[in-house]
Amino acid sequence: MPKPDDLKLDHVANLARINLTSEEKERFSAQLNDVLAYIEQLNEVNVEGVEPTAHAFPVVNVWAEDIPEPGLSVEDALRNAPEKRDNMVVVPKVVE
Amino acid sequence: MPDQLFNRSISDLSRMLAEGKISSVELMQAVIARTKSVEPRIRAFNSYDEADALAQARASDERRAEARASGNTAFRPLEGIPIGIKDVISVAGQPLTASSQMLANFVSPYDATATVRLKAAGAICWGRLNLDEFAMGSSTENSAFGTTSNPWDLERVPGGSSGGSAAAVSAGEAIATLGSDTGGSIRQPAALCSVVGLKPSYGRVSRYGLIAFASSLDQIGPFARTVEDAATVLGVISGHDPKDSTSLRLEVPDYNRGIAEMARSGRKWKLGIPKEYFGEGLDPEVGAAVQAAIDEYRRLGCEIREVSLPHTKYAVGAYYIIATAECSSNLARFDGVRYGHRSADARDAVDIYFKSRAEGFGAEVKRRIILGTYVLSSGYYDAFYLRAQKVRTLIRRDFLEAYKEVDAIVTPTSPTPAFRKGEKAASPLAMYLNDIYTIGVNLAGLPGISIPCGFTKATPTRVELPVGLQIIGQPFKETELLAIASAYEQRTHWRERLPKL
Repeated sequence: MPKPDDLKLDHVANLARINLTSEEKERFSAQLNDVLAYIEQLNEVNVEGVEPTAHAFPVVNVWAEDIPEPGLSVEDALRNAPEKRDNMVVVPKVVE
Repeated sequence: MPDQLFNRSISDLSRMLAEGKISSVELMQAVIARTKSVEPRIRAFNSYDEADALAQARASDERRAEARASGNTAFRPLEGIPIGIKDVISVAGQPLTASSQMLANFVSPYDATATVRLKAAGAICWGRLNLDEFAMGSSTENSAFGTTSNPWDLERVPGGSSGGSAAAVSAGEAIATLGSDTGGSIRQPAALCSVVGLKPSYGRVSRYGLIAFASSLDQIGPFARTVEDAATVLGVISGHDPKDSTSLRLEVPDYNRGIAEMARSGRKWKLGIPKEYFGEGLDPEVGAAVQAAIDEYRRLGCEIREVSLPHTKYAVGAYYIIATAECSSNLARFDGVRYGHRSADARDAVDIYFKSRAEGFGAEVKRRIILGTYVLSSGYYDAFYLRAQKVRTLIRRDFLEAYKEVDAIVTPTSPTPAFRKGEKAASPLAMYLNDIYTIGVNLAGLPGISIPCGFTKATPTRVELPVGLQIIGQPFKETELLAIASAYEQRTHWRERLPKL
């Protein structure tokens, strides 16, 4: 298992799309290194030949009949949009 | 004695409503008055809508009157009962904040399935209850809108993440409530506030309309004053839902009838005591109260056996890999584009993510997203995530192995009673370790309940504080679990003690 020091906070925060302040970086580094050091004990466990569990009970594909049903109205669907115009969500310009 | 309307059980109040001794409007008014009187000290609610609650109560009284007029006295199971709802479960037209700045102004466009079922059972959906932001925490201190106080000592936390749901039942601000439990978020606050809290088996209750934290672990469940009440609410919210493909197609039993039948049959339960749950870190007074409860079961004729869950010490580590991995993925949806907080400073389509998420999420949510992103990132996936999933298999096997010998497992719910606000705020790891007895249950998908089992002794630095007994059941055997809890509850009187507010 990787060492706690391997956590490159700038890189991971970039992957997570979260800007961190320098104060947050310092604090989170120390706190997450504590957690990662604790997690290291999972290395003690012999997991050879053990199947991973993603769900406690097997999850299978669930098929539904393709029958149209009433859904949210446009008004309800856009109700919480930060900015909207003509039944569309407005975002900052993507291309110049 | 709990004789005021706002402190009574669902079963008492349902009887009084059915007999016409009170109306639902009177009950709702009593709960509103109580809430207004204690809420400045407790702060269990993020918001409540008095007019809406009274309108629901009036509608309930009208339904009851109509049913009576047509000679029908078989009322719905929660007819006219005010049920508080954690602010992470949707109620159409009401706020849904997850106690986060990210959703400070969000209004639900639809009902969660659990909400639909409460309404269909006649319940009054009452208020939006505080929690740790996005259900991440064990104290409600991570709420963006303020910490809830423990009704037994206002300087202490009510537990979390469903701290508002537990405190509201304890303080008489709701008759029962809904919470959600990903790693102990129903059972731990129930223990710290001296109420009953039940996490159903994974797949028993639909998660549709519950804001997702860790989808393979999250379950909605009830807080109540009695095991019977918890069983009533569970019966209402359980069942398959086409809108949640992980909800299971299993018949929902009449839990209370099942409990009564098992009590009549005088069944002697075999209860397992896992030695790993009674070691280092357990507060001696919590241990003593739990031991006394085990002795009570022995007096009831139950067979008590020591069992071993050898992978217990790895549960917290595996959990904080799996839960954070799932949360980093689930919370990717909060991008500032379609709903939720959008930074006013966002300059372009990528900047909008970085700034909106930086401003909208609190510290613990950021930490968990970052940890989850890290454990899933290229080169680390096998070492962290895959290994944790394999450890999860072993933890689940431990439980299933123990169930070859015993009907249920009995443990403390939390290693300590309620801790002081701020005590664990600087160390996320210390906070995580508070969930050491509850986390394995979620990893294994099992049902678990916390019931009051006594109080610590008063000391110069600590008033008497509640202790919870956790009972862990076999998959989908909620009736047996509830029957075992009820057998103890019937012989004890912890419910008669109420916080002095």
